[in-house]
Amino acid sequence: MTDAAIGQGMPKAAEEPRSYLDTESFVSWLTTTDHKRIAVLYAITVTFFFLVGSGAMALIRYELTSPQGNILSDEAYNRLFTLHGVVMVWFFLIPSIPAIFGNFLLPLMIGARDVAFPRLNLASWYLNFIGGLFVLYALLAGGVDTGWTFYTPLSTMFANGNVIAAAVGIFITGFSSIATGINFIATVHLLRTEGMTWFRLPLFVWAMYAVSLVFILATPVLAITLVLIMAERLFGLPVFDPANGGDPLLFQHLFWFYSHPAVYIMILPAMGVVSEVITCFARRQVFGYTFMVFSLVAIAIIGFFVWGHHMFVSGMSSYAGVVFSLISFVVAVPSAIKVFNWTATLYRGQISFESPMLYALGFVGLFTVGGLTGLFLAAIPVDVHVHDTYFIIAHFHYIMVGGSVSALYAALHFWWPKVTGKLYPENWARFAAILMFFGFNFTFFPQFLVGYLGMPRRYHVYPPEFQTLQVMSSTGASVLALAYALPIVYLTWTLFNRDWKAPDNPWGATGLEWQTSSPPPKENFRALPAVHSAPYHYHETGEAPDPRAQDEAEQ
Amino acid sequence: MSSATLSQEHADSDLPPSEPWSNIAEETEAASFGMWLFLGTEVLFFGGLFLSYTIARFLYPQDFLEAARHTDIYLGATNTIVLLTSSLTMVVAVRGADLGARRLVWICLAATAALGALFLTIKGFEYWEDIREHLVPGRGFAVQGFGATLFFSLYWIMTSVHAVHLTVGVILIARLAWLMRSEPLRLPDLPVYGLYWHFVDTVWIFLFPLLYLAGRA
Repeated sequence: MTDAAIGQGMPKAAEEPRSYLDTESFVSWLTTTDHKRIAVLYAITVTFFFLVGSGAMALIRYELTSPQGNILSDEAYNRLFTLHGVVMVWFFLIPSIPAIFGNFLLPLMIGARDVAFPRLNLASWYLNFIGGLFVLYALLAGGVDTGWTFYTPLSTMFANGNVIAAAVGIFITGFSSIATGINFIATVHLLRTEGMTWFRLPLFVWAMYAVSLVFILATPVLAITLVLIMAERLFGLPVFDPANGGDPLLFQHLFWFYSHPAVYIMILPAMGVVSEVITCFARRQVFGYTFMVFSLVAIAIIGFFVWGHHMFVSGMSSYAGVVFSLISFVVAVPSAIKVFNWTATLYRGQISFESPMLYALGFVGLFTVGGLTGLFLAAIPVDVHVHDTYFIIAHFHYIMVGGSVSALYAALHFWWPKVTGKLYPENWARFAAILMFFGFNFTFFPQFLVGYLGMPRRYHVYPPEFQTLQVMSSTGASVLALAYALPIVYLTWTLFNRDWKAPDNPWGATGLEWQTSSPPPKENFRALPAVHSAPYHYHETGEAPDPRAQDEAEQ
Repeated sequence: MSSATLSQEHADSDLPPSEPWSNIAEETEAASFGMWLFLGTEVLFFGGLFLSYTIARFLYPQDFLEAARHTDIYLGATNTIVLLTSSLTMVVAVRGADLGARRLVWICLAATAALGALFLTIKGFEYWEDIREHLVPGRGFAVQGFGATLFFSLYWIMTSVHAVHLTVGVILIARLAWLMRSEPLRLPDLPVYGLYWHFVDTVWIFLFPLLYLAGRA
């Protein structure tokens, strides 16, 4: 892809370049404006919230093994699933890939020394952290029982929990998303290196650009909606309260105007990751680069016009329902283009099944199932039947967990040598990837069935005939938990073990981020690289790709 | 912005740019670009309020016109004049920096902050008067009808969200005015503050007719 001036194969300079990890003090981390260090800070907080959200889910799945609802009280159950939703959506999934890998890789991939506004970048981490503290306070002070959607009038009139603290936390962390979005867009516009034209950008960068558009256009609407909730609950200034002539449906419109695009905030970065990984391990140029770019942007834009499909049974005009249904079908088209193009990229590739590739292929399968069941839900007659059942739970977990979290783990394994300079035990990693795929399906496929049979979401007392499927799901969740924990253990272990030192480019990948040392120096590149060709230049156009030199990756 | 015009006019162009920019012109462009993006988010932020207003007014057109007659048009109009004048002083400050006129810059910035503070003071008196006239929804609310309750809910929310934005602007611009007395005319910041200030003014240009002029035609 570029001058191989600092690439692999060159003899190393006599002295090791100082890596961004070489640190003077703890304070230097908390005051850093280096995008790579901020990415690491995000990684720590995001992992923490992932554990909090998973802990809540462990209790929920334990409760659901019995149909009587005899382990947790009703209130505790409500508070746990609210906590799970709030933490996982706003403090785990939304910041996960963009704020960790986007922050780390975006400047490296376009050949820049940092993001456009480094201090704003650090501020975004603090905002995220402070928002998280508010949510943790809400949790410790007794929790919130509204569900993550904060529907009015429940949230403003009737809920007893700490709605205000949670809303303030989400409001604050929203501005962290906005800051990240502004930073990424400005960086891509203004800091591309020489020769890095728009249509030479890696697809991960395009994904970050698309997700940033969603960040800055959707998040402010959530912010003002939360302000309205707080005004109504705290100061008695009704806007949504039907007893004072307000319209609760207006809340749902405003909320889903953010929260549907938020789903694309979670999936677009995952698509970017998978495009990088599949091309590398198939040794192929990506099939239909231009279509891949436009489908990313199309998903981001069309995703703004489908929010009404969350409201088919809420009393919205049926004409609006028909339009939203149609547009929801339309948004499946660019998603399908992406799946077909990933598949076509594999065709005649020199495929090798390293752990990042296993995670990425898992993503494609699980995302396809999640996407196709999304079409069921976009069809109004089917949605009326399965609305608010476990079917919808299974559907969006296939997208967000099967899709996004698989891609997060793919990214973690693919760029771990870049971020930390360490390799990891590949066989354990492959085992964890396969275990995650099975654990995931084991957990969530039964939920499609139990949902289609009519079990509603958000209930912990249920008819005994659903117990078998619920117990299957809970068992699968244990397997899944193991698959999530395993990489955290062995990856952490490699940090403290000198034997796992990685070469600069263990996968023989083409991106600019691999043309500097691993881990990169503080200034990213000694001399900024120049770009002369399209991305994913794994082989000449029209010629068959070469297999990857296997011995590079193995010890 | 061409770097040629900058360098010939100021010794300030010697100012080192912050990371990761290689010169001050690039940094200026980036800062303005970032602020435009932020203002885009602000349009959507206030957009949620304007949408709520539109829907409520569509549902209760008569109530809204009746309720809007209870706001104080004299204070509202005075504030509109104050804020528009502050936009003028802001423009002069930005232009003054282009011309290298240091005294003009910091005096105009100070005037902008002062006019902003005057707006907030007048708004405070108006709030006090509104409370005395029982124009806060809830117990003892003075105006009848669903629409009136919604109107005054939105009146309080919209004007206070605007006032928060203005307060942030006043503090930042007062600080900048203080710095401008001695520091170099730090070019990247000033146009950015200008954009923000004009945006907050523009929001008021929409709020004034919706909250004060409605029902008075």
